[in-house]
Amino acid sequence: MDELQSLLNGFAIALTLQNVLLMFLGIVLGVLIGVLPGLGGANGIAILLPLTFTMSPTSAIIMLSCIYWGALFGGAITSILFNIPGEPWSVATTFDGHPMARQGRAGEALTAAFTGSFIGAFFAVVMITFLAPLVAEFALRFGPPEYFAVYLLAFCSFVGMGKGSPWKTIAAMMLGFALAAVGMDTVTGQLRLTFGSTELMRGFDFLVAVIGLFGIGEILQTMEEGLEFKGRSAKIDARVVWQTWKQLPRFWATSIRAVLIGCWMGVTPGGATPASFMSYGVARQISKNGHNFGKGEMEGVVAPEVAAHAAGTSALLPMLALGIPGSPTAAVLLGGLLIWGLQPGPLLFVEQPDFVWGLIASMYLGNLVGLFVVLTTVPLFAAILRVPFSIIAPVIIVVCAIGAYTVNNAMLDVWLMMLFGVAGYVFKKLDYPMAPMVLALVLGDRAEDSFRQAMLMSQGSLTILWQNWLVGSITALALVMLAWPFVSPLLARLRGARAAQQA
Amino acid sequence: MSNRPIDSGRKVAPSPLRRRLQTLAVAAACLAAGAPALAQQAWEPTRTVEFIVPAGTGGGADQMARLIQGIIQKNGLMKQPIIVVNKGGGAGAEGFLEIKGAKGDPHKIVITLSNLFTTSLTTATFDWTEFTPVSMMALDQFVLWVNAKNPAKTAKEYIEQVRAAGGKARMAGTGARQEDQIITVGIERAAKIKFTYIPFKGGGEVATQLVGGHVDSSVNNPIEAVAQWRAGGLRPLCVFDDERMPYRTRVTADMSWNDIPTCREAGIPTDYLMLRGIFMPGGVTPAQRDYFVELMRKVRETPEWKKFIAEGAFNTTALEGEAFTKWLTRAKDEHRTLMREAGWVTR
Repeated sequence: MDELQSLLNGFAIALTLQNVLLMFLGIVLGVLIGVLPGLGGANGIAILLPLTFTMSPTSAIIMLSCIYWGALFGGAITSILFNIPGEPWSVATTFDGHPMARQGRAGEALTAAFTGSFIGAFFAVVMITFLAPLVAEFALRFGPPEYFAVYLLAFCSFVGMGKGSPWKTIAAMMLGFALAAVGMDTVTGQLRLTFGSTELMRGFDFLVAVIGLFGIGEILQTMEEGLEFKGRSAKIDARVVWQTWKQLPRFWATSIRAVLIGCWMGVTPGGATPASFMSYGVARQISKNGHNFGKGEMEGVVAPEVAAHAAGTSALLPMLALGIPGSPTAAVLLGGLLIWGLQPGPLLFVEQPDFVWGLIASMYLGNLVGLFVVLTTVPLFAAILRVPFSIIAPVIIVVCAIGAYTVNNAMLDVWLMMLFGVAGYVFKKLDYPMAPMVLALVLGDRAEDSFRQAMLMSQGSLTILWQNWLVGSITALALVMLAWPFVSPLLARLRGARAAQQA
Repeated sequence: MSNRPIDSGRKVAPSPLRRRLQTLAVAAACLAAGAPALAQQAWEPTRTVEFIVPAGTGGGADQMARLIQGIIQKNGLMKQPIIVVNKGGGAGAEGFLEIKGAKGDPHKIVITLSNLFTTSLTTATFDWTEFTPVSMMALDQFVLWVNAKNPAKTAKEYIEQVRAAGGKARMAGTGARQEDQIITVGIERAAKIKFTYIPFKGGGEVATQLVGGHVDSSVNNPIEAVAQWRAGGLRPLCVFDDERMPYRTRVTADMSWNDIPTCREAGIPTDYLMLRGIFMPGGVTPAQRDYFVELMRKVRETPEWKKFIAEGAFNTTALEGEAFTKWLTRAKDEHRTLMREAGWVTR
């Protein structure tokens, strides 16, 4: 077991007093970054990167990756408490996390989210430890048709989520696609739907839309319902962690599925966001309590969080092994590696074993430290809900506005956020689902790019989506997912009929 | 506009000083650094400097900007902080338009790549003459790469392969109607062949697609492909410059950058180099420009910069003042001709 030997060596490097202190510092900074919407992991790391230039590369990457873990953990906090996802991958966490907070179960939701995050990250690190070269090899098999198939699968596995009218789901999704199309088109290099405006050239940023739709929309609705948080009666008790842990083992199957989805999406640079949506969608379809999803079901918090963290962690693998960043945060980390004189790529594992294994060891330790830090803050964060609405709502709006502004340093984004807020309110009133729109906005242009690249490759023939077992099986799986909501009642009826015959 | 005593020098002699400083800047570029005139610094930033990258995170320009930021902060070359801001919307138009709109603001600088010309020509919303050129930091090379499993060992053999494929050979590149596609059109003309050009979002993605065998070739910059070359995934065929790269240190077991022939040698008479330069908004004072000229000169002298340049096999041409302006005028004309011939612009 060469890997175990190297890993133990890595622990020896990572476990100096200085490095452990840096871990704590990184996690705390990361949680703060994750809590502030807009100041995402990528921005936070970019700002803090210069701090690390005087450290050794190993200490520096340990601190930066801990900021990354902290941000991953922190993203869940605002999603659950205020329905404001601090990071794109926390959107799916709001679906059940926020209803739980409204029922006064914020502590449980936070504990479930944090623990889920830890589980996801842990399994992803185990995978990195033992399968890194193999997995990197696998990631290379993904060309444009494979990417398109993955995005298609993400969309299809999500269609089953639509509780109301399928037409409303489709309308929302189409609106998302239209918004995603604004800006420069990669394939032709032409501007689309910008109407001559410079500000529109960069397109609609996902975060601006999400902060508006979810955060501001939620505040508008709360105002209508009587200027009060529903979660005020939340019992703040340190034992909530222990009590929640007792319930978690029930979700082992969901967790395993979420880990698999997450690792897979992280390695093929689909990223944490589609992973969390997909995992939520799949859990909702397969789980016994599926009909309760969206009403405050703990399983609905665990599924996206486990997947997001598994993906976020495994996204570091393609960065190290191939030099391609799996996420914007990973891209900034990549810049850091270059400044320290390290060249990411297939030879990094061979040439810089101390660095690589130190980093991998710090992933285990960093996540453990992270879990410890965030769990101790659960009562603290849950207590925020006791602050009167009239005080906290303006604060939230200001934080949201700052968040929207910092995404691109543009004032227009703040106005757009407000506009999306109103849209979010209207969507809720008219019972249109927001999730499909958000998903289409995130993945729409990527799906379009890879589809058109694939079409260029095949000279316009759709058979490229079945050209080998890999892309063929993903495409087929996507179509099965799409048909599942129609097939599963039929199956149930068949089974019911058979049961009736036997009886 | 503070009441510093040194500011008075600018009030006394505005235009002759300007000319003198320009001459001095050129002279200093030719000689070694440390010219006496540069000791008297007339201006320095009074608040945070924004360093705009007209491209997304992780690409070549972004890497260089973050490296410059790191060097400045690590070595304490500037008292005020410097922050990197990515404004890549509209193939960089977003970032350039911000600089255009910030006329007279000395606290903004921008790093450019070829989109200073290409995006300028396709969108016609800005021109480099509206900015203040600071200095050329280096020129980025382009190399023709194929997958290491490809039987073609030379550029000639690969060109024959492409010809036999009758237009189906896939060339991957960054963006549409930008430098990678310009080079592709250049090869097509020089060798009378046809490619299917497939645009991707970034150079790293292009290199990975080539290693994975999803496309047949790329014209990646050295820095984008070097890791895969060393790991045995890619094979370089020729470099698009009129002479070989000077770096003789072994990169792989048996090859250095210098061992890669020029495309001209290999029978494809086409070359292309990409500008990596620093600009300021128009309307800044000569003293303000000279501050950044000097700052960038200090950056280029650090060991970190030299290491980066050697690893990325950059062409180390660095220009300032008149020489840089002349180079820019010629480069814009060349881009206009190339893009007009390709039928992408009518102007």
